[in-house]
Amino acid sequence: MKAAILLFPGINRERDMVLAVRQSFGAEPTVVWHKETELPAGTDLVILPGGFSFGDYLRCGAMAAQSPIMRAVKAHAERGGYVLGVCNGFQILTETGLLPGALLRNAGLRFLSMDTMLRVERNDTVFTNKWEKGAVFRAPMAHGDGNYTADEVTLDRLEGENLVAFRYADGNRNGSARDIAGIFAPNLRVLGLMPHPENLVDPLMGGTDGKPLFDALAAA
Amino acid sequence: MTQVNADLAKSFGLNAEEWGKVLEIMGRTPSLTELGIFSVMWSEHCSYKSSRVWLKELPTKAPWVIHGPGENAGVIDIGEGLAAIFKMESHNHPSFIEPYQGAATGVGGILRDVFTMGARPVANLNALRFGDPKLPVTKRVVDGVVRGIGGYGNCVGVPTVGGEVNFHPAYNGNPLVNAMTVGIAKQDKIFLSAAAGVGNPVVYVGSKTGRDGIHGATMASTEFDAASEDKRPTVQVGDPFTEKLLIEACLELMQTDAIVAIQDMGAAGLTSSSVEMAGKGGVGIELTLDDVPQRETGMTAYEMMLSESQERMLLVLKPERSEMARAIIEKWDLDYAVIGHITDTGRIVVKHKGVVEADIPLAPLSDAAPLYRRPIAETPKPAPLGAVDLSAPLDEALLKLIASPDLCSRRWIFDQYDSSVGGQTVKRPAQADAAIVKLEDTKRALAVTADCTPRYCVADAEQGGAQAVAEAWRNITATGALPLAVTDNMNFGNPEKPEIMGQFASAIKGMAAACKALDFPVVSGNVSLYNETEGRPILPTPAIGAVGVLEDAAQAVGYGLKPGLELVLVGQTKGELGRSLYLREILGREDGAPPVVDLAAERKNGDFVRTQILSGKVTASHDVSDGGVLVAVAEMLLAGEAGAELAAEGDAAFWFGEDQARYVLAVSDANALLTAAREAGIPAQRIGHATATEKLTLPNGIAISLPQLREAHEGFFPQWFA
Repeated sequence: MKAAILLFPGINRERDMVLAVRQSFGAEPTVVWHKETELPAGTDLVILPGGFSFGDYLRCGAMAAQSPIMRAVKAHAERGGYVLGVCNGFQILTETGLLPGALLRNAGLRFLSMDTMLRVERNDTVFTNKWEKGAVFRAPMAHGDGNYTADEVTLDRLEGENLVAFRYADGNRNGSARDIAGIFAPNLRVLGLMPHPENLVDPLMGGTDGKPLFDALAAA
Repeated sequence: MTQVNADLAKSFGLNAEEWGKVLEIMGRTPSLTELGIFSVMWSEHCSYKSSRVWLKELPTKAPWVIHGPGENAGVIDIGEGLAAIFKMESHNHPSFIEPYQGAATGVGGILRDVFTMGARPVANLNALRFGDPKLPVTKRVVDGVVRGIGGYGNCVGVPTVGGEVNFHPAYNGNPLVNAMTVGIAKQDKIFLSAAAGVGNPVVYVGSKTGRDGIHGATMASTEFDAASEDKRPTVQVGDPFTEKLLIEACLELMQTDAIVAIQDMGAAGLTSSSVEMAGKGGVGIELTLDDVPQRETGMTAYEMMLSESQERMLLVLKPERSEMARAIIEKWDLDYAVIGHITDTGRIVVKHKGVVEADIPLAPLSDAAPLYRRPIAETPKPAPLGAVDLSAPLDEALLKLIASPDLCSRRWIFDQYDSSVGGQTVKRPAQADAAIVKLEDTKRALAVTADCTPRYCVADAEQGGAQAVAEAWRNITATGALPLAVTDNMNFGNPEKPEIMGQFASAIKGMAAACKALDFPVVSGNVSLYNETEGRPILPTPAIGAVGVLEDAAQAVGYGLKPGLELVLVGQTKGELGRSLYLREILGREDGAPPVVDLAAERKNGDFVRTQILSGKVTASHDVSDGGVLVAVAEMLLAGEAGAELAAEGDAAFWFGEDQARYVLAVSDANALLTAAREAGIPAQRIGHATATEKLTLPNGIAISLPQLREAHEGFFPQWFA
């Protein structure tokens, strides 16, 4: 699995993502600047990390969605390539249209930085096959705009097609519809989620709850 | 045309004597721009004119100190060719006028002080003091400050890992916002601000210049009054997104050999950066303001030189590298403009629209800067604490104390700060006495903390100054790390009042003694004076930020308790209740002398504790400070997964006294620890053990359930902001 990590101005968790990928993949991911127009040859997995791309000005992820590299990411996704968006990366994927819905300001209107528990809704995907279905794992979250929202038809479709990846299992702090923390695209090859599994891959930093995500991708 | 005269100088904060010096140096009436430059460079904020004579008393040297005070931040050797670069700085005055932006730009400013020297910022901390929580204005200020710190720090992607918060009515009109940044650099890649090389281009990088913050440094050098709200336009507006770009652009540029000198434009903006860079380098500088990137039209030379617009840096580059530098800066979508060059004239010359707006000799501007040895009046030593009513039941007193604003959980605050970004945070807030941040690609970690106990300082500033240093040292020690150096943020009232200057001098004396005794030099710092509103000063607050190092991050211990461990109190307990939180919160008294700081015992006990931790015998460790032993034990329970049964004999003075140089250690073999302590000549006693129950059982048999303890501890902030 060859990974490319996208770097938009204002992204701030790309180093965290490099560390998580390096550890599980045993290979160094390539960091790709947003003004590039092509992904490195042979890229299997594109990762959009967290942060505040373009300062979250206009709308979270809205400007990054217009960056030159996103055309290549869309083509990659259309070819069936893997895409992982975390936090701001998830927001960029919704702004790009690769995932439905939107992430609004947290219901309490405050930034939320704490560990949350996530329930794995299906484990037959390339992202989640190292977990048991229904497993609950810990993940740090750190966001001001994680309130997942979509119209009822879309939410029903996500549920009906079994495209909800993770739900908050210990209380819904940000107001997300139906406790949704992460969703898949219909081909199960694009995943977006708000919390940060990449920040829990080392016992020294408090645990390895997030490591199965990267181990699963490494084995794909 | 504004008339430049003594009256105008006075309104710019220069007294008659200082105005006389300006005339003498210039040999003529200065232009408006020149007067502006003199007034900000000679403001208390920039010149330290009241504090310099005292700051010299602090020890600043040690074999591991690479750069002490005088640079943008202090630099110390942390092993493996790496350096920690850090400083704490106040943004008090702006944070009262406009809490969100005041606090946010405080974070931005201290970050720039650190990355301007070549360091990647890896940790932010903050030391905050607010007024009486019963006042609506306090709630507004707390909310704005916390949002501002989070809004800026979260966006730039530097984890906010620690800090402290106090409340006291003395801060009603003068909250304190002290922000600290710690960064990491390679020792052979440290950048300084001394300009060199006649003809070298002076380059402006970052945000455009606007009219915000004009005369901010002067505002920070006066007392507040009812009209202070009108000063809102002098508060700058922060843009953390641009700061993030600036960090990445500067660090990328620093990988090349293009930079001769670099400094951020902080207080007094373009003026202080250009004057200091040229002055330190012993050269001259000529600026052409027409080339300064401007956000507004029609800006005058005076406005551009005095603007405190944020997120700007001034660089002196090697001319042959300047186009490469431009490419890097512009890749990050930042403004890059050559706005002048280095000269050999020893003068700062400022041109705008073909007119020389300022032409000032640099040496007298700094050498002749005012320096005052202001009169001091020592604070009388407090009367001894009389009889104290110790009859309150222990359980009720504990529940009341841990629910009080000064001791309750800070979760509501730190849950708004991203503490995990960067992926190196080993101990987050409320897990250990100091935050632990690993150094990427090494096994090493830094331990960082910020401490001060102003209620001690107001009673006895010398003891209080020593205590602040000792507590910071102890907090680092309690994690197993070796304390290395200190940054100080001296927050005091009006220095023209002898009793305030007396507090300042005494605090320095106590700090200096503690720093010497603990091998804990001061490597950077900041002074904030005139923290008074309508004549009422704040409590003297010499906030101490400190850094220590662990060779192996895995050896760090926190204070969360696990069942089965025994609890040992290290250090002597006399039961000192003077100025304690027990006295204030339970009995409504704020009197007596603060606890004595015995620096020899501090050193000895701390070195013993650290040795025990590093030998792997200690599972959890907590320093004993605010609220005493019983509060320390309660905090260990709340941070862990255990109950406890306490067995030691003692009255309320034993359990709530704030005697210094003490730790509670959780170990599996208490006898071995007690033997080791006895051999080392250190007082230690077993005080109980951790249990698998959901309760804290006090020596008198009364039990408090953990949910009850937690509810009391966690209640204050959520209820206040519900």
